[in-house]
Amino acid sequence: MAFFGLFSSKQKTSAAAAKERLQILISHERQNREGPDFLPDLQREILDVVKKYVAIRDDQVAIRLDRVGDSSVLELNVTLPER
Amino acid sequence: MATVVTVTSGKGGVGKTTSSAALAAGLAKAGHRTVVIDFDVGLRNLDLIMGVERRVVFDFVNVISGEATLNQALIQDKRMENLSILAASQTKDKDALSEEGVGQVLDQLADMGFEYIVCDSPAGIERGATMALHFADHAVIVTNPEVSSVRDSDRILGILQSKSKRAKEGGKVQEHLLITRYDPVRVDQGEMLSKEDVCDILAVKLIGVIPESKAVLKASNTGVPVILDEDSDAGKAYSDAVARFLGDDRPLRFVTAKKQGLLSRILGGGD
Ligand SMILES: Nc1ncnc2c1ncn2[C@@H]1O[C@H](COP(=O)(O)OP(=O)(O)OP(=O)(O)O)[C@@H](O)[C@H]1O
Ligand SMILES: [Mg+2]
Repeated sequence: MAFFGLFSSKQKTSAAAAKERLQILISHERQNREGPDFLPDLQREILDVVKKYVAIRDDQVAIRLDRVGDSSVLELNVTLPER
Repeated sequence: MATVVTVTSGKGGVGKTTSSAALAAGLAKAGHRTVVIDFDVGLRNLDLIMGVERRVVFDFVNVISGEATLNQALIQDKRMENLSILAASQTKDKDALSEEGVGQVLDQLADMGFEYIVCDSPAGIERGATMALHFADHAVIVTNPEVSSVRDSDRILGILQSKSKRAKEGGKVQEHLLITRYDPVRVDQGEMLSKEDVCDILAVKLIGVIPESKAVLKASNTGVPVILDEDSDAGKAYSDAVARFLGDDRPLRFVTAKKQGLLSRILGGGD
């Protein structure tokens, strides 16, 4: 088995790729559904505002709500294109 | 007090009906009075898998709409006297399942003395599926080791945790993960998500792993729940899952690839 692993370890298996993709997707989807209902709308509107000034893609705005103690923190990440 | 066990998945064709039939037959075999209900209104199939398709006169929707009594619609299994089946309607549409109506039927079944009410959920997240989830005390999440099935299972978990009756009352539906159509050889080769991978991603307690098995098609061909095929790998794996559901601690079987010896490979043996 170790002998086999020597050759196959360089290439990631398709199952490993599946796991990685699922972990990213599902953590994203869980955040969305745990957040308040207005979060998707808020994200869309912020995106529209930013788009007025800079050309960005939909996936360049990320918004999330974190709970810190008694209060919630709204975190907004906008990736601006390189100039 | 009856326990409602909903078998669900989100994605279609992953083995919900096969698992519902196995679970219900297994619970009955363990001595519990059990009824299994087909929530797949419009596309009933549980009757075929249970081998009672020629005995369906009235169905779940007939009972809800008052066209038949529960006693008229319940079909008693010929193999086990403590097992009954309630078929889905083929003609009505899924909106026939009102929350009030479904709740009343479940209450009545509990009054009749059934200990377990197994609900075979349809695929998707529409009415039939949400109704089956709504009243669940336990949910068996049937998942294939495959990306879309795992993702849909997670969505179903989200619905269970927010929309079910128990969740709305501040409680929790007890969740169990049942991985089906598992192929250890492909897992070893890195072609299929392993049971550990699926458990890591979904973070639900594993209740069983059912191997990809020829016995399942054979069982459905003949209308016998596969758990009653006691010599088969899938039958044994389902029996283990039922035992775990009832609180037994059992090691997993059929989860590692059989090591094929050099001799059997030369002789072309093995399966
Ligand atoms: N462990 C298994 N090994 C091999 N085949 C299987 C296994 N489990 C299920 N199948 C096959 O997969 C198909 C779908 O199974 P089943 O009808 O139980 O799924 P389902 O989730 O109820 O589908 P639907 O979403 O349409 O209601 C059937 O042909 C069944 O024989
Ligand atoms: Mg089905």
